[in-house]
Order: sequence, then C-alpha cells, then structure tokens
Amino acid sequence: MKIGAPTEIFEGENRVAMTPDSVMALAKLGHTSVVQSGAGAKAGFSDAAYAAAGAEVLPDAKAVFDAADVVVKVRGPEASEAAMLKRGQTLISFFWPAQNEALLKQVADQGATVVAMDMVPRISRAQKMDALSSMANIAGYRAVIEAGNNFGRFFTGQVTAAGKVPPAKVLIVGAGVAGLAAIGTSVSLGAIVNAFDVRPEVAEQIESMGASFVYLEFDASELPDGAATGGYAAPSSPAFAAKQLAKFRELAPEMDIVITTALIPGRPAPKLWTADMVAMMKPGSVIIDLAAERGGNCDLTVPDQKIVSENGVTIVGYTDFPSRMATQSSTLYATNIRHMLTDLTPKKDGVIVHNMEDDVIRGATVAHEGAVTYPPPPPKIAAIAAAKPKEKVKELTADEKRAKEVAAFKTQTRNQVGMLLGGGALILLAGIYTPASFMSHFIVFVLSVYVGVQVIWNVSHSLHTPLMAITNAISSIIILGALMQIGSGNWLVVILAALSVFMAGINIFGGFMVTRRMLAMFQKS
Amino acid sequence: MEYGFTTAAYVVAAVLIIQSLGGLSGQESAKRAVWYGIFGMGLAVAATLMGPGAGNWLISLVMIAIGGAIGWVVAQRVQMTEMPQLVAAMHSLVGLAAVFIGFNAEIEMVRIASLIAAGDADGLNALTGFAQKVAEKSATEINILKIEVFLGVFIGAVTFTGSVIAYGKLAGKVDGKAKKLPGGHMLNAGAAILSLILLVMYFQGAGTWALLLMTLAAFFIGYHLIMGIGGADMPVVVSMLNSYSGWAAAAIGFSLSNDLLIVVGALVGSSGAILSYIMCKAMNRSFISVILGGFGGTTGPAMEVTGEQIAIDAEGVAAALNDADSVIIIPGYGMAVAQAQQSVSELTRKLRAKGKNVRFAIHPVAGRLPGHMNVLLAEAKVPYDIVLEMDEINDDFPETDVAIVIGSNDIVNPAAQEDPNSPIAGMPVLECWKAKQVFVSKRGQGTGYSGIENPLFFKENTRMFYGDAKKSIDALLPMID
Repeated sequence: MKIGAPTEIFEGENRVAMTPDSVMALAKLGHTSVVQSGAGAKAGFSDAAYAAAGAEVLPDAKAVFDAADVVVKVRGPEASEAAMLKRGQTLISFFWPAQNEALLKQVADQGATVVAMDMVPRISRAQKMDALSSMANIAGYRAVIEAGNNFGRFFTGQVTAAGKVPPAKVLIVGAGVAGLAAIGTSVSLGAIVNAFDVRPEVAEQIESMGASFVYLEFDASELPDGAATGGYAAPSSPAFAAKQLAKFRELAPEMDIVITTALIPGRPAPKLWTADMVAMMKPGSVIIDLAAERGGNCDLTVPDQKIVSENGVTIVGYTDFPSRMATQSSTLYATNIRHMLTDLTPKKDGVIVHNMEDDVIRGATVAHEGAVTYPPPPPKIAAIAAAKPKEKVKELTADEKRAKEVAAFKTQTRNQVGMLLGGGALILLAGIYTPASFMSHFIVFVLSVYVGVQVIWNVSHSLHTPLMAITNAISSIIILGALMQIGSGNWLVVILAALSVFMAGINIFGGFMVTRRMLAMFQKS
Repeated sequence: MEYGFTTAAYVVAAVLIIQSLGGLSGQESAKRAVWYGIFGMGLAVAATLMGPGAGNWLISLVMIAIGGAIGWVVAQRVQMTEMPQLVAAMHSLVGLAAVFIGFNAEIEMVRIASLIAAGDADGLNALTGFAQKVAEKSATEINILKIEVFLGVFIGAVTFTGSVIAYGKLAGKVDGKAKKLPGGHMLNAGAAILSLILLVMYFQGAGTWALLLMTLAAFFIGYHLIMGIGGADMPVVVSMLNSYSGWAAAAIGFSLSNDLLIVVGALVGSSGAILSYIMCKAMNRSFISVILGGFGGTTGPAMEVTGEQIAIDAEGVAAALNDADSVIIIPGYGMAVAQAQQSVSELTRKLRAKGKNVRFAIHPVAGRLPGHMNVLLAEAKVPYDIVLEMDEINDDFPETDVAIVIGSNDIVNPAAQEDPNSPIAGMPVLECWKAKQVFVSKRGQGTGYSGIENPLFFKENTRMFYGDAKKSIDALLPMID
C-alpha cells in the first residue's frame, strides 16, 4: 500500500506525520511512502532526506491524496482536505470525533476510513501508538522550558561567591503524562517540586519522580476511584473542590512557577487557579497553563497568548507546545503512526487488514466502510484493574482481645491435653501387650523423635541441603546392624551384611564429605 | 569387650550426632557440627566392631574401605547442581541396606527356630552375636521382632525403589512428568493392602515367602508412587524419602535391639518429616495432595490475564540496573538448569562494587531440593548474608528498584494472591511485582511446571528478558559500568 503524508495546513502547525526514519520502517512492513514537498521542512526534515529514505516527493497535497491509499496527518482534516478523501482511502490522524461530528459524518459518507489517534484505547498493548501520551510528554517538558524562559531566576539553588540563590519552587497541578514529564524536567533542573492530583493513587508515581505530593486531609470514603474512569480524572465533588482550592491558596504565595495540566475528558478544563491566587503570587512568577486549548485551568489564561497580570505574573497560554518542538514531536508521532500501521499490517506484506475485532483498531476507528463507528463499544479488557476496596480490619477492644486470647489458650490446652491423653492411652495399650524389652526401646524412640523435632526446627532454611546430606550420612548408622550380623555363621547372612556395610560405607563417607564441601562454600561478605 | 562399654560409646555417639544436627542452625557453627557428626559416627562404628556380636572384621573393614573410597570420590566430583540426584541416590542405598538387614534377621530367626525344633542344644550354645540374642528371645519377643523386621523391610523397600526413581527423574534419566499406570492409586492401595495381609500371614507363621512377596509389593509401591509425582514436587519427595530412610533405620534398630540405631533413625526420620512439612506449607498444599500427585481441583474459571508480554533486550536491562539503587534477584530451578549461578554471582559482584544494594530472595521450594538455591549461590561465592528467605525480604519489594526473576515461575505468580480460583491460590509467593521494575529471564513464552498462566509476565512493570539464563546474564555483564 502507499502511505502519504501531506503538509499540515493548520496555522502554526510545524509537525509532520512521517519522518525519513518512519519511511524506512514502513518499507519493512511492505509499504511505499509518498510525501508532499516541504511537508517536513518546519520539523527539520528536508525533501532530500525523504527521498534518500525511499519516499516519493510529490509537488502538492492533491497529488498526495490521489496517490496514497493511506493518508497520515497530525491535525484533523480541514474542510478542503476532507473533500479530497476518496472511497476506500484511510486517514490516520487526530480527529476529536466528539467535537467534529459534522466533519466525521461527511467523511464517512465519502466512504473513507478514519483512524483517530486520539481514540486509541488506553491499554498496555496500545501504549506504543498512544500519540496523546507521547505529545503530552513533550508538552510537559516544553512547559518547564517555557517557564524557565519567562522566569528571571535559576531553578536550582546555588551558593556562589556573589551570593546565595534560593531554588525555584514549582507546583504541578495534574499528574497525567504531561504533569509527570513536567515534574521530571523541573526536578532535574534542580527545583523544589510539589505536585497535586485528584487521584490519590498517583501519589506514588509523583513521589517516584522526586516531587512531593500535596495531600488534602480527607476520609477515604470521600475520595473518588480514579481507576473506574480508565485512569483519567473525573469531576470532583464540591467538598473536594473547596478543599483543593483552599490548599492552593495556601501554596500560591510561595510558588515561583505553577504548571497546570488538569483536564477531564469531554469537558472544559476545570478552573483551579483563580484570579485571587494569581494576585497572591510574587511578581516575576510564571504560570504555564497546558489546558489553555480547553479554556484553561487559570482564570486569566488567554489561549495562544502570553500575558502579564497586574502584579507582574506571567501567564502563558500557548496551545502548541508539541509543535514548538516539531522535530522531537514529529519523530515520536511518526513512530506512533508507524506502530498503528504495524497493527494494521499483521502479515508485514504491505496489505492492510482492518480487523474490527481487534480492540485497539476498533476503538480508534471512527468511520469505516461508509458508516460512522463512533463511539466504540467498551473495550473487552479494562484499561486498569479496578482498585480493590481495602479490607477493613476491625479494631478489637481490649476486652474482646482478652477474651480471644483466653479462648485461643483454652483450645490450645484442650488440643494438647487431648493429644497427650490419646497418645498416652495408646502407648499404655501397647505396653500391656508388648514385652518390657520393647517398651524400653520405645521410650528411647519417642524421646528421640521429640529431640529431633526440637533440633531440626532450629536449622536455618539456607542449610536445608547440607542438612539432607548430613542426615543421609548419619542414617547410614544402619551399618551398625550389618556389623552386628556379619559375624553370623550363615554364609547368606554374611554376604547380605557385607553388601549392607559396603553401601552404608559409601553413604557415610560420601554424605559427610559432601556436607563439608558445601558448608565450606558458605562465605560471609 | 564389655557390653557396658559399647552402650556408653553409643550414648556419646548419640549426643555428638544430636549436636551435629543442632549445629546446623547457623552457617559458622555448621562447619564445626560436621565434625561432631563424623566423630559420632566413627565412635559408633568402632564401638560396634569391638562390641559383642561383631565378627569377620576383615570383611567389615574391607567393605567399609571400598565403600568409603567410592563415597569419597563421588563427593569430591559431584556438581552442586547435581546435589538432588546425589541425595536421592544415597537414600536408595540406605533403603536397600535396611531390606538386606531385615532379611538377615529373618534368616537367623528361621535358623534358630529350626535348631530349637531339632532340640540341638549344642548348636544353640554355639551361637554368637546377633543369633545368640535372637535365641534368647521369648515367644512374644519373637512376634514383636517379626513385626519390626516386616516394617523395616517394607519401609526400606519403598525407600529404595522410590529413591531410584527420584534419582532418575532428577538426573533426567527418567521422564520428569508425572506418570501413572492405568489404575492409578488403586494399584498402590492394592499393593499396600496385600502387604498388610502378608503381615498378618507372616505373623501367623507363614514363613519367608510372605516377607519376600511383601518386599516385591513394597518395591512396586515405591516405584509407582514416585513415578506419579512431577519434577517440581521433588523437594517434597526427596525430604519424604529422607524421612523414610530414617524410619527404616529406626525399625531395624528395634529388630536388632540397638538403641543408637533407634535414636539416629528417629532423628533422621523427624528431620525429613519436618522438611516435607515446610515444603508443603510453602506450596500451600497438603502432604497427601503432593504425594498423590497433581494439583487439586479448581473452584472456578481462572482470572482473565490481560495485557501482553513485552520483551526487552540486554541493553534495556543493563540500563535499568545501572540506574537502580536496590536490586533483588529471585533465582529458581531455571538458573540451576542453565548453570547460570557463576554469571549471577559475577553480576552481583559488579553491582555491589558500584555500591548498589543487591540481595537474593529464596522461596522455600525454589529448585529441586530444600535449600538448593542457597547451595548453588554459595558455590558461586555469593555471600550468604545477602541471601534471604521469603519472609525476610517480601516486605522490601515496594522499596526495590529492580527485581530480576531468573528461571522461576510459580513462586512469583501473583495469581496465588489475586485469583481465588487459581490452583495455587493461597500459596505464599515472592511479591516481586511490587518492585518498580521486574525483569524475567526465561527461555521462552509458556507456563511453568504447574501449567498455570503467570499474570506477572503481563504486568505493566514487567519486561521479559528471553533467552538462556546464562547467556542472558553474560550478555549483561560487559554493559554494567
């Protein structure tokens, strides 16, 4: 099949859906590639590089759309692009089907298949094609860089000959992929990083990145279960929201840089950083609002612009962070696309099989064979295992504890006395019917078992193999029996006894020697 | 020589042998403990040779010398990975010796009975040693003796064939899979009932043929019972046979009225029994279910395993190891099979030289013999104080950066905790999936011995490091810097 990448026509979009590297990788799947002239220019990939990788460079978008069986793009199609899609052609790009229903209907009517990269289900198998995550990762990184660009101080604290520099204090709100990337970047720059998320289960991830989690004081029952929503955040209860804002007000005066990344799927971004919080911040502080495209987490955010508030706080509302790092984001996005095509080309023979039984492909396909196939049925497997409700261990009162102990003691006593009585009775019974000489040996036997149990329980687990070897050697004590019989006058007895002595001899020497060898190997560090 | 002297020597020998077992509570005291055992044994043999009843010194000494030489050579040459086979082979010798000694007692009994029947007073008076003792016994004592002999031979015979099969399975000479003849455990039960009937007949005076027939039945039980048990249950089997060899010695001690045999037999018997108990507990299975082979029935469909197994190459593992501060290695039978312990030790040394906290987590049933992994690691010069038991280390996984699973499967299966329907539900397992990252070194995809899917391999923080364990670890070594 022929895969084609046109130039992105959206204003300010620098990315491209295909790179020379991905062209070569696609060739391994049996696909040939075409690319519009200049498509990769803004991302740092020249036409010559594409041609060298084996792609055919075509002069304009029309030629690409005509030639390609599969069109790969970054942004969803503009009206002019959508019009060029043919029956049977496949488009792979971001699409946001919920927001673009009319466009989706139009494309479906044209008979084109649309694979929306933003609809890839969040299951581990699909991580390699999760373009939202790879773009969010870049956005998180770039947000910190952008903040540094607008912040007048170091991130890291230093003591220099010219004076002491305090470290910057960073607050990251929302610890999704972008938030975690931002945490990682600012921690590695040396800042003191605090992070907040409505999902308490991400506290561990936040702390593993080196930031401290901002805890709210809550009862466990009031907390939402984030896992039920596929790992994305859900709207929080009013009580929760109030506590959250109170906490932010407490933090606002201390923070130098605030990066907000809070998004709730299918809703406008929640307002978390209010105007009064901005007013509390020190002049020169920076707010980066990664949710600007969806209205912004901060009250004052203006999408696509950088503004400075009355008290000198810079608020950055750019919505094109990934596009600002076009080389990196194109590389990652092209890899996501390539992984999607790998799944669509199961035999690696250049033939696309659109298997609607596959959870990932089904989930991402929003239009197929003339019909709109959005929304997809829920995936067969849950994205994240639902958190198990914690078992409540009932606190026992002192009285109950005491009663329990007494009861346990009583049953134990009963068991022991029962066993002693039963065992004693059995032995007495045996004693009546057996001669005294047997009983005198029997007493030795019982005591030895008792001693054996006491001694063996103390043997260290790591020495169980030497224990077996040494018991092996000493169980050859059976040699005594053979030695006592070997003096008999009967030739058969002598032969059998001699053989027994021989075998026991192997065991005694072999067992002790091998035990010694093993024990000598155990070395302390 | 006086009888009293022999008994006194036996008392000292018994104390020494108990000391030698007690000394195994620590690695350092164990080195001394072996010598207690050796002296105890030497004293016992010397006292018996000098004591009443011993004769044919020359044969005795020659036999001990030949046997001892063979034992010595074998012990020097054996590879530590071959320890399970060696132990099993040694059990079989004890079992066979018990059978022979039991038969000797029977032969003497028959001889004396015929002497008494013939009224040959001179012949009776001329008897020495063991035969003399038998001749002095009353009718009841003879009956008890018969039961003792019968028991000793039975246990000895089961131990013998059982150990031979266990040896074959462990050495790979017999197919390790569980196999049963048609009829399964009914055959075993039949043979056991036959033995019981023969005991009654023998008791009633049926003669030597009953003892012989029973021996054949016991040989069959030993063979068939162990054939029906799979490879990974071998730790239990070997401990059980260890226990049997002790009980056989004790039974023979009863028939020969020798207290030292009884004492040592009982010590070994209880030692093996405790080991079996520990092994069974570590698998959360009853002794009976292990011996009867196979896993218990499941109570419902197994939990669906979701996700995919993601492979990783040596560079990825090495990078993670270079970044990690704390590493826990979980070795299993696969490490022994691949002979990877030296490479693992080298990896440990390199990581520790960089100041990382490297430790080993040992599950009680890892390997084919209790404590097998400890011995392999000790052989490879891994210091024993970083080799920890399951209970000691299980709580540390959440604070661990990297857990490496080398050739183990069921002992790290989270299904034991998460899936109440799993056949291994409730078995204590090493909770390695709580570590930040888990690498599983494994020959290929596929289930472990129990045939149970392992959800660990599908976890998000798990990466599969496919390939032969030794080659995989060797590939890592140059990349650790």
